[in-house]
Amino acid sequence: MQTILSIAIDAFAYGMALFIICIGLSLTMGLMRVVNLAHGAFAMIAGYIASYAARDLGLGYAVAIFLAIIGTVIISIPLERLLYRRIYGSPELTQVLMTIGITFCIIGITNYFFGPTLKTIPLPGSLSQPVDVGIRTIAGHRLFVMACGLVVAGGLWYLIEKTDFGIKLRATVDNAAMADALGVRTQVIYAISFAIAIGLAALGGVVGAEFLPIEPYYALRYMVTFLVVVSVGGAGSIPGAVVACLLLGAIDTTGRYLMPEFGNFFFYAAVVAIVCVFPRGFFGRAQ
Amino acid sequence: MKVSKKVLGAAIGALLAGTVSAYADTIKVGIIGPFSGPFALQGKNFQAGVEAYMALNGKSVKGHDIEVIYRDLPTANPAQSRALAQELVVKDKVQYLGGVYFTPDAMAITPLLKQANVPLVIFNAATSAIMTQSPLVVRTSFTTAQTTSPLGKIAVDRGVKKVISAVSDYGPGVDAEAAFKKAFESAGGQVVEAIRMPLNTNDFSPIMQRIRDSGAEAVFAFLPSGPTTLGFVKAYNETGLKQAGIKFFAPGDLTQESDLPALGDGALGLLTTFHYAVSHDSPENKKFVEAATKAIGGADQLSFPSVGAYDGMHVIYKMIEATDGKQDAQKAVDAVKGLSWTSPRGPVSIDAETRHITENIYLREVAKGADGKTYNKEIQTFPNQKDPGLATQ
Repeated sequence: MQTILSIAIDAFAYGMALFIICIGLSLTMGLMRVVNLAHGAFAMIAGYIASYAARDLGLGYAVAIFLAIIGTVIISIPLERLLYRRIYGSPELTQVLMTIGITFCIIGITNYFFGPTLKTIPLPGSLSQPVDVGIRTIAGHRLFVMACGLVVAGGLWYLIEKTDFGIKLRATVDNAAMADALGVRTQVIYAISFAIAIGLAALGGVVGAEFLPIEPYYALRYMVTFLVVVSVGGAGSIPGAVVACLLLGAIDTTGRYLMPEFGNFFFYAAVVAIVCVFPRGFFGRAQ
Repeated sequence: MKVSKKVLGAAIGALLAGTVSAYADTIKVGIIGPFSGPFALQGKNFQAGVEAYMALNGKSVKGHDIEVIYRDLPTANPAQSRALAQELVVKDKVQYLGGVYFTPDAMAITPLLKQANVPLVIFNAATSAIMTQSPLVVRTSFTTAQTTSPLGKIAVDRGVKKVISAVSDYGPGVDAEAAFKKAFESAGGQVVEAIRMPLNTNDFSPIMQRIRDSGAEAVFAFLPSGPTTLGFVKAYNETGLKQAGIKFFAPGDLTQESDLPALGDGALGLLTTFHYAVSHDSPENKKFVEAATKAIGGADQLSFPSVGAYDGMHVIYKMIEATDGKQDAQKAVDAVKGLSWTSPRGPVSIDAETRHITENIYLREVAKGADGKTYNKEIQTFPNQKDPGLATQ
């Protein structure tokens, strides 16, 4: 029983880290209909910035997270204007080719500036201590990641379902021309949602760095994992992404505890099974 | 137009003739390694080792100029490795091949050597079996079995009776598991459980939980250097294994110098065995580190492949000296059998029988230097270790 509980804690922490990174991708794919394979690359940029800020400049963890999010969003703005705007509504193949190209460019440029070695983001003392949660000790930052995940999920749900902006966003997604005619500035809506998605990728890249370490090939190494989460959960669905992350995190973590030699077998077997039963993911919308 | 063409032709002809006579004495060495891609840092270390050697020992041997040609092989790819070696031999006419980071790549080259009349000096690839593939292979790096074996005795000496092993699930990991088990059990210990972790594991908490559940007093770990190492060491600290007094033993790949800044204070106190530490205290190493740092462009990027390359160049120089520039692979290899010299890592020699390097293996503890940076501090020496993996064959 204790083992099961302790696996559950690990699974929850891992799932939440995945969620923070993937939810942005889910939004771009589901709401904006852009297959953004460069999503992980933005998480990577954020990781590099945070690592540079915390390790080389000696700034605090919170400041590093803030700088990473702001920096990544600033970097993404010209990309959105010059590159992404051209592929809204394009065929998926064009989007895939364009964004994978962007990924490789980002990898090359970050390696040129920050070097090819592994980067870490030093945690503040309070987060790096093991915390005794009763049944076992768990790293403090894991609790922090879980909290971040819950806040992000709640915040996004509120933003999309309850606010003015959310209404406009949903309207734009369903019928851009009509929304435009009604006075919604669709270009602005797209730009803002893109910035939010990138900001979330950045946040996830930094707080998730303990699970998915920041290294030169980050963007490619985890690309499939991120896509899998989105397809299992259903693109654009926040509850879907939460469920997918928790479920896949649980399967992966349990498999790794009980039968590590099977590798990712259970993870992908589960994905295959889920996609067979739910072709659009758990909460995917019919198109 | 016609005239100029003729002149040009004549010029080229003269140039070619000139090339033949003036450069007949240039001996080409082809080096294959990962100079780009995820393992580019290891390739850079090859280059730094080679350049350091040439800077300290000159670019010619007995009047023969030496030219090094680098070929990039970003990840393990035997077919491409073979093609690159072939190209180097046929097109570039190299007399010596060197480098090779991964075992499968080395294996793919060995069948070519005899026909091409070219020796291969391996700077890194660390599986014992490579040496049995061709009599024209010489290795100046190490094997996993060689660096791991002393750990068995060390663990028992430190009062550990039960160990759980956790290795990455691929060739070298399995080698490490077997070598440790053999050495540890012959010293009187018991391996209670052996975990093989998939290479792409990111979250090691479940593994740590399993290590704790096994009731072992220590964990023996082997993972390839890189992001996974970091995750593993972090998880070891954060899940409270360290506080619970579970000891940690590993070969030195886990604490290679270029990863230490990323590992930070979490690595303090880790015990590893390896053939080379950048901190090794000797005049030879001081000279080497200075030259290699200059070549690679930053002290924190220097790591163990550089010393394999440095000594590999030493062996190639000796081969050229012995054959006086002629292409005779067998003679060249025979000349370095039993060769001994002082390497930056300490006294070494080429075993006449296996053509693999005999060297000291050091027990190191990650410690904090005066400058506040962590380094591998050598605390015990196991002199003249051969490769146990080859000895049993």
